[in-house]
This record gives sequence, C-alpha cells and structure tokens, in this order.
Amino acid sequence: MARSTRRWRGVTPWLFLLAPLALLITFTYAPIVNMVAYSFTDWDGVSPELHYTGAENYAELFTRSELFEVFFVSGYYLVASVVQIVAALYFATVLSFNVRFRNFFKGVLFFPYLINGVAIGFVFLYFFQDGGTLDAILGLVGYDGDRAWLGTPTSANVSLAGVSVWRYMGLNFVLFLGAIQSIPGELYEAAEIDGANRWQQFRHIIAPGIRPVLSLSVILSVSGSLSVFEIPYIMTGGATGTETFVIQTVKLAFQFNKTGLASAAAVVLLLIILAVTWVQRRLVPDDKVDLV
Amino acid sequence: MTRRTVARALVYLSLVLATLVVFLPLAVVFLTSLKTSGEMADDSGALTLPDDPLNFSNYVTAFQDGRMLSAFANTAIILVVAIGGTILIGSMTAYAIDRFRFRFRKLILALFLVAALVPGVTTQVATFQIVNSVGMFDSLWAPIALYMGTDIVSIYIFLQFVRSIPVSLDESARLDGANAFTIYRKIIFPLLKPAIATVVIVKGINVYNDFYIPFLYMPSEDLGVISTSLFRFKGPFGAHWETISAGAILVIAPTLIVFLLLQRFIYNGFTRGATK
Repeated sequence: MARSTRRWRGVTPWLFLLAPLALLITFTYAPIVNMVAYSFTDWDGVSPELHYTGAENYAELFTRSELFEVFFVSGYYLVASVVQIVAALYFATVLSFNVRFRNFFKGVLFFPYLINGVAIGFVFLYFFQDGGTLDAILGLVGYDGDRAWLGTPTSANVSLAGVSVWRYMGLNFVLFLGAIQSIPGELYEAAEIDGANRWQQFRHIIAPGIRPVLSLSVILSVSGSLSVFEIPYIMTGGATGTETFVIQTVKLAFQFNKTGLASAAAVVLLLIILAVTWVQRRLVPDDKVDLV
Repeated sequence: MTRRTVARALVYLSLVLATLVVFLPLAVVFLTSLKTSGEMADDSGALTLPDDPLNFSNYVTAFQDGRMLSAFANTAIILVVAIGGTILIGSMTAYAIDRFRFRFRKLILALFLVAALVPGVTTQVATFQIVNSVGMFDSLWAPIALYMGTDIVSIYIFLQFVRSIPVSLDESARLDGANAFTIYRKIIFPLLKPAIATVVIVKGINVYNDFYIPFLYMPSEDLGVISTSLFRFKGPFGAHWETISAGAILVIAPTLIVFLLLQRFIYNGFTRGATK
C-alpha cells in the first residue's frame, strides 16, 4: 500500500503535465529545432527534397543589402517607442494624482490598445488618405494642401510608427499606473512635508519605484520594434519602403517558397531578441521582474 | 495666477489634447460609416456630418457582404475553446509544478520559462510546417491549438496564484482521503477564480484581435474570423470608405461595450498579466 501510493505520487505530476508538455514541445521547441535545421538548407517548403547548403542562407542575408535594409525600418519604431514610453510615463504620473475626470481620461488613453489591429489599420488608412482626416484637420487650422502621407518612405514610416504609438501607448500607461499606485502613499506625504516638488517626487520616488516595470517596457519595445507586422502589412502591404523584417520573412516563406532563407532570417531575428533580453537582464538585475 | 494653477491648466490641456488624438480618428470613421456613397463622392471633406445620422445601410452591407456573421461565429468558437483549454492547461501545469517534487521539475520549469522569451512571430515559418503535417492547416483547430499551446504568460499567472494557496489546505484534504485529482478539482481550481478572470480577459482580447495566426493558418473564406474578414474588405470594397468604415466600427463596437462594462477588471488583468 505505502509503496503503491508512493509510486502514484511519482506519476501524478506527469499526468497533469502530459498535455501542457506535449503542446509546448510541438508548438514551441520542435519549431525552433526545425527552423534552425531548415536554415541550413535550400528547402522550398513543399517538395520532399531538401539539400544541405551550409551557411549559404546566412551569407545571403548579410550580403544582399535589400534583405538587410528592413532592419533600418525598425529604427523608426524604436524611436517611436521612446516617444511612447515617455508619453506613457507622463500620463501615468499625472493621472496618479488627483485630477478631475481621472477615470474618463484613464479609459480614453487605454482604449486604443484593446482595438482590433485590422480596424486600426483601416481607421488610419483613412486618416492619412489624400483628403482624409489628417488633411481635413490641417485644413481647419489653415494649413492647406493635400498630401500623400503614405507616399514616400520617410513619411510613410513616420506615419506608421505614429500609429503604433497611438495603439500601444495605453498598455505602457496602464502598467506604469499600476506600478505607481503600488508605491505607498506615505512616501509622497513625507516628501511633500520635506518640500519636494512634483519633479523631485517623480525623480526620487516614482522613477525608482517603477524601475522593474520600466525595464520590462523597454525590452518589450525593443523586441516589438524588431517584430512589427500588423500595422504596416494591413496599411501598406510593405510598399514604399515600409517592409519590416517579419513582413519580409512571411513573404519569403509563404509567397516565394524560400523556406530555407526565411528560416535563416527568423533565426537571426530570434538571436537578436534573445541577446537584447539577456543584455537587459544583465543591466537591470531585478528579482521583481523574474517570472518565477 | 500662481505657478501651480498654470501647471494645472497645462496638465488639463495635455489630457484634452490626448483625448482628441484618441477620439478624432475613430469619430471620423464613425461619421464616414453613416454617409452615403453620394456624399462620399461630393468631396465635402472628412469632417462634415452625414446628411442622415440614422443611415445604417452601410452596416447592413458590411455585415452581409462582408460575411461578418460567420466571422463572429468563428471567432466565438475559437475564443471559447482556446480560452477553456488555456485555463485547464495553465492551471494543471501550475498545480503540478508547485505542489509536487519530482525529477526534472526544475528542467520543466526552465522549459516554460525559456519559451516565454521566444516571440511567436519568429518561429512561425517552422510552426507552419508542423501544423500542416498534422493536418490542422486551414481548420479552426490550427489557431485553437496554437493559442492553447503557446500561452506561457497564463501559466505564470496561475503559478503565482497556486503558490499563494496554503499547502495546509491540500494536506487536510489528503487526510480526508482525497487524491491529487480531487484536490485539484475541488480545492485548487475553485480558488483560482481571480487568476482565471485575468486569463480570460487578457487572452480574450488577444484572441479577438489577433490577425497573424488566422491570416496564416486559415486562408479559406468560410473560416474568416473578424480580423481576417475585415481585412478582406480591402479587396471588394476598395475605395468604398463608407462600407469599410462600417465594418471597422462593427468590429470595434463589441470591444467598447465590454470595456465599459468590465473596466476595472480589464485594468487589473493587464497589470497582472504583463508584469507577472
């Protein structure tokens, strides 16, 4: 009896873990292993034949400049995420103090994050249209002239990065707000008695208090900027220099059947994101962000 | 005027400006959705009001020609099954990892941890081959399995909660003769309600809004979810902005209603879901 219960106790956790582990391995680890393997072949994703080509795909990625240029597009989104984090910090700080209609403003700032990406794409496609929302608003303030906002690479990328700020600022905002509210209120009172102004309170109480969330946001922004897909794909399809790394990979794999090359690209992206994560953990070692 | 009142005025000014930035693009699309194609053609500008504010004919067109009914039905099926599965899988994993000491426990925990660092978009090229080879491509099962199997965040949320449930509860149940499954079902699972609410909200919004996975894995028109069905408006309705706008509003409206009803829980869900 005692032995059989002990044996049961040994098996029980595995019974609970059976389905989760099967899914984890099938949909996360097997793809990673396969992806690395494909990246050394010339596979087209369909034919039964695939040839080992060594590091050829990687060489192609780093030497064909047009394949590498997509990384510069990420730069626009990186700059945008700085704007996004600063704006979110500002609004979170302001709205954690007493402000009229606080809940209304909170709701307004957060709501865009909840909206469907395709709907946002269409809303802003109309916004930037020739004679669309933006031109009409500019006309109201006396700045006339229709402009093709998505017409040149620079203005198109700036516009798309702007949409991404509009869409994701609310998430940063709510995370910061939650973190600020978890700072004990006495700290502000004490600071107030000591004569600290709002900026000093922010600098010495809020900023250190929310450091874990801040560093989490930075890392999410960097990996987010590298893996932008939805907004540019929906709005421009990657035309006029707005193609991002993920759009290019999807096109390589599913339109041009270059599974091998696309896999190599995906491996590069994965390595960059893991490296960024690692560096960030090194720079800000904080047990509060630890997931376990 | 003191410096403090000036500062306050500037704060309110910035909040009002932000509100305009959020509202204007949405409001204009709403106005556009109420216009007729004639009004759209007369070049009166995007900011003019529609002649008939109760003109819902674009919504009818979008709903019927855009096949939005089947899109909402497909989305609902995926939502229910994927969220149900995520809850079961996440809570079982958390229970097994937190309450049992067994060989490879650390390793399994590490496997889930590392998986959280891998962004789904990067591995999709290879995931596609696996989904295809098990015959799930172009069926509702593909997104369901992917949403269920790759959601590591919910496992962490459950792990945090299971940890906060006192072990003495399990032990007293065990003394009463309950086995591990009874303990999970009767004690742990019911106590996980707050975590379940968080997962339902965060996951629900992600699934409702996801475009990438249904777009890659369910190309058939019959299998359109709201994202992909709306995306298809780009073709047939081309420059018919009044219909596209109506479609976009149809998709946004349920989110707005749910948000207004569940505001507080949604905020909590996101602060919990993202920082844990």
